[in-house]
Amino acid sequence: MTTAGSETKNDITPPLWLLAELTYKCPLQCPYCSNPVEIAKYQNELSTKDWVRVMQQARKMGATQLGFSGGEPLVRQDLEELIQEARHLGYYTNLITSGVGMDEERVKRFKDAGLDHIQISFQASNEELNNFIGGTKSFQHKKEMARIVKEYEYPMVLNIVIHRKNIDQIRDILEMTVELNADYVELASTQYYGWSRINVDQLLPTREQLANAEKIAKEYQEKMKGRSKIIYVIPDYFENRPKPCMNGWGAIFLTIAPDGTALPCHEAGQLPIEFPNVRDFSIPEIWNDSPGFNHFRGFEWMVEPCRSCPEKTKDFGGCRCQAFMLTGDARNADPVCDKSPHHKSLIDDVERINELAVDEAAKKVEEKPLIFRNMKNSKSYLEEV
Amino acid sequence: MDKNNTPEVAPTFRVQWEDVQNCYVVLYPEGMVKLSSSAGQIMKRVNGETTITEIIADLKETFSSNELEDDVIKFLEVAYDNGWLRNKK
Repeated sequence: MTTAGSETKNDITPPLWLLAELTYKCPLQCPYCSNPVEIAKYQNELSTKDWVRVMQQARKMGATQLGFSGGEPLVRQDLEELIQEARHLGYYTNLITSGVGMDEERVKRFKDAGLDHIQISFQASNEELNNFIGGTKSFQHKKEMARIVKEYEYPMVLNIVIHRKNIDQIRDILEMTVELNADYVELASTQYYGWSRINVDQLLPTREQLANAEKIAKEYQEKMKGRSKIIYVIPDYFENRPKPCMNGWGAIFLTIAPDGTALPCHEAGQLPIEFPNVRDFSIPEIWNDSPGFNHFRGFEWMVEPCRSCPEKTKDFGGCRCQAFMLTGDARNADPVCDKSPHHKSLIDDVERINELAVDEAAKKVEEKPLIFRNMKNSKSYLEEV
Repeated sequence: MDKNNTPEVAPTFRVQWEDVQNCYVVLYPEGMVKLSSSAGQIMKRVNGETTITEIIADLKETFSSNELEDDVIKFLEVAYDNGWLRNKK
């Protein structure tokens, strides 16, 4: 879709979603973090001026949603300034945060700056597990921040990443979101990229756990209708068709990593593709002309079974990063699809982890320790590679 | 629906014109709904000061039509249902 006078070229739709990963610094160490395992490499963060330029250019192209994310975006001292500029430009501004580094004074300043929405993550519904998973004492503070967010009349999304260690507490988690008056609840099944891929043996839930969790989530969706919207999607490893990842490559999503690398999604940095940097190119140049953003646009790049598949216009062959991680070639069909020749080996792996989980629960085998997301573990990972 | 009510956009949502989309949109946490041109004409008149009766009268005059009331009410019901609108107290 193009409009006269717009900045977007024919056949390329404008970016609607700008995800600003302001920093990879984070006081939490969640072992399922979606950031790249290589976080220690990203030292050279963009300046305030760089971010303002990026926001202006993307807005002019048509972006309406802006997510301030990280790492922990609260670490950036210029966050208030960036929010104010974003709101002035007409973005709907979302702050995606752990709540650590926030206090009432700062929430008030965000309100004055025009922030539209705050999403707070919880790791679990009880102090012990929450603090263990996050690797910090943060549970009570998060609850306090959730109360303040509501007090300042923000729409509040509570995001809880769901995995084998907390899925059996899903009822308690939902009760907590009711108590905190969440407007939206995202029960985000762990997606296995980055850190969570390294920890997949310890994080993937069993089929039995999933069935139980789904039942309870449905019960609360019914019960909370009109008061709170609860979103629960099962991990795609248990599906037969892939997700229409990012609604298509370079179709609506634009992620900017802390060092200015522009990506079609926040996982794409792992692909053997060169991506442009906002220090070298403007957003229209990046979006319209860069080889990286054009790499998987359209259908020409596809191989079988996607190429001749009638469903390709619906799911675009699934996720390029998942195809790359699980088959070694990003052009292949996402192995979640049961038409993929690699589907069986994914199912076998899920089965292996299922058995491992059962053996661990029965104490037949010792649990492998989780690898936490921090700079130290990132550095040792980089040395190994 | 009580036509004496004065609707306002609920705090979670924002309605604005988008040049690139060439339409009014409703924005909310991490999402956007594009409005049809008639829906846009209704939503742009929602300001927390104008009653439903007044909005309908204004639309009738602007578009020189006496037959749009049912459609306006139907759309407003959807907008209230979606949580986009609430009544100004």
